Amino acid sequence: MDWTAIWVSARLSFATMVVLLIVGVPVAYWMAFSRWRWKFIVEAVVALPLVLPPTVLGFYILLSIGPRSPIGRLVAAASGSGLPFTFEGLLVASVLYSLPFAVQPFSAAFSSVDRRLVEASWSLGVSRSATFWRVVLPLSMRGVVTGMVLSFAHTLGEFGVVLMIGGNRPGVTRTISVSIYDSVQALDYEAASQASLLLLLVSFTILAVTYSLQRSVWAAWPHGR
Amino acid sequence: MGDDLIVDVEMRFPAGFVIQAALRTSIERGGVLVLFGPSGSGKTTLIRAIAGLERPARGTIACGAETWFDAARSVFLEPQRRRVGYVFQDTALFPHLTVRRNIEYGIGRLQPRVRAGRVEEMLEMVESSDLAERHPRQLSGGQAQRVALGRALAPRPRLLLLDEPFAALDAPARVRMRRMLRSAVDRLAIPSVLVTHDRNEAIALGDQMAVLAEGRIRQVGPVLEVLRRPADLVVARSVGIESVVPAEIERVDQGLVDLRVGGTTLRAVEVELDRDTRQVFACIRAEDVTIERSPASNASARNHLPGRITSIESDGPIERVIVDCGFPLAALITRHAREELALHEGASVVAAIKATAVHLVPKA
Repeated sequence: MDWTAIWVSARLSFATMVVLLIVGVPVAYWMAFSRWRWKFIVEAVVALPLVLPPTVLGFYILLSIGPRSPIGRLVAAASGSGLPFTFEGLLVASVLYSLPFAVQPFSAAFSSVDRRLVEASWSLGVSRSATFWRVVLPLSMRGVVTGMVLSFAHTLGEFGVVLMIGGNRPGVTRTISVSIYDSVQALDYEAASQASLLLLLVSFTILAVTYSLQRSVWAAWPHGR
Repeated sequence: MGDDLIVDVEMRFPAGFVIQAALRTSIERGGVLVLFGPSGSGKTTLIRAIAGLERPARGTIACGAETWFDAARSVFLEPQRRRVGYVFQDTALFPHLTVRRNIEYGIGRLQPRVRAGRVEEMLEMVESSDLAERHPRQLSGGQAQRVALGRALAPRPRLLLLDEPFAALDAPARVRMRRMLRSAVDRLAIPSVLVTHDRNEAIALGDQMAVLAEGRIRQVGPVLEVLRRPADLVVARSVGIESVVPAEIERVDQGLVDLRVGGTTLRAVEVELDRDTRQVFACIRAEDVTIERSPASNASARNHLPGRITSIESDGPIERVIVDCGFPLAALITRHAREELALHEGASVVAAIKATAVHLVPKA
């Protein structure tokens, strides 16, 4: 079994989950409570990775972080190396690719918190941000956990984006899914079936636990995968 | 000018319904203002605007020297800074916090020792000390509403707003809650605005009463004044035409109650009164009062009150007769009956009321 690739996948999934927790919570909060009339545009953008082929998404990400783009040049100037075909570049892509899997459960959980609890908190003199930490977040915990687990599981299984952005550098960007693909290409069915079975069991376990945790957030989930 | 609550706002609803409410009431010495109106009249929206949870389209809201809202000057004070206590109809207790943490929620800025003392004081005041470690889902409706009151009062708000807080409670819990609320706001001297469509609640709890109907505040005044002298037909229709008089229970005997009212005695049927209730309001619907020229010898009505007619108002085929029989009593009779009995102002009559028609509301 390609333990190096498993380790890369695990690190990538975990890092993606953490970044999505930090980035996704404010986005989801905004989506749940904003009354901006053009909000649907942001919602559509967040949901895009659900329908776009990973190659299309990967292609655009590659262009935007490549050495010819302003972002790419900025990163290259700051870190001395570019983002494409690095673990960090892969992380950026994974975060974007798994964004809806975190943001949508977060947002569904936030908006299912009884509005009157929020108003009660405000009337008691507690600021909006403190209300979020003391009321909204604790009552959304299961939705937040669901979003984190889903983004972890989704990153674990990603393939197209990895190929486009990460390439296939052992120990850096070669993930378990890419490793399976390589094994099959090399007609090493033994290695491929072991790794596939592992991925299947891990994914199933994660999803089963998630379903058992929270059905109501799942019910508000607009897309399956 | 003392401390006044001034509300003069226009609020629009998506369906085209508009409220234009103007209201001014003194809050200097506490007291309960009842905001009364039929369901759907916009009472809740109005107190939400006072709390800062809704933004009116136009107008001003001021509390004492502070301007809370002024559309013309784009002033909108956040709900956090208005220092109001808000009690929701369905309690809105934080489900993930214990009763103690719920009460503590709004007083995080106090010093720990002061805070702990305040929590104990509130628990005691709302008779919930034994519930302190429970979660809201382990409470009955009445218990939860008591805790919600304690939570709203803990930060010592300058104004307490209550949105039909007793609507979901059964009758005994409701009477108990009313009494607790009254004694709490009196003890803390916190002026309160209570939204209700329940006349008994207005009578039991209110000092002042504002009637909201058809999108406007129709009348503001002492509760009994408003009930006795509705300013117009809309108010009369929404409060009901009824005589309400303070009374004292003299004797309870086999389910019948003797009341001391004005200079006379009334007999009523006992309903859901506590053993120690003495002060009540006697409510008599004008439709239930019969006018006789002389006492009928064998009538079933238990109350025959001699008096003098002080006024007769005509409303189509129906006439509203006020009889002074130690207290002002309204009766509705047909024009035909008035003519047959030759009733006129100053005439001596006897007002007959069945004991079952005298409805008692314990004073909170």
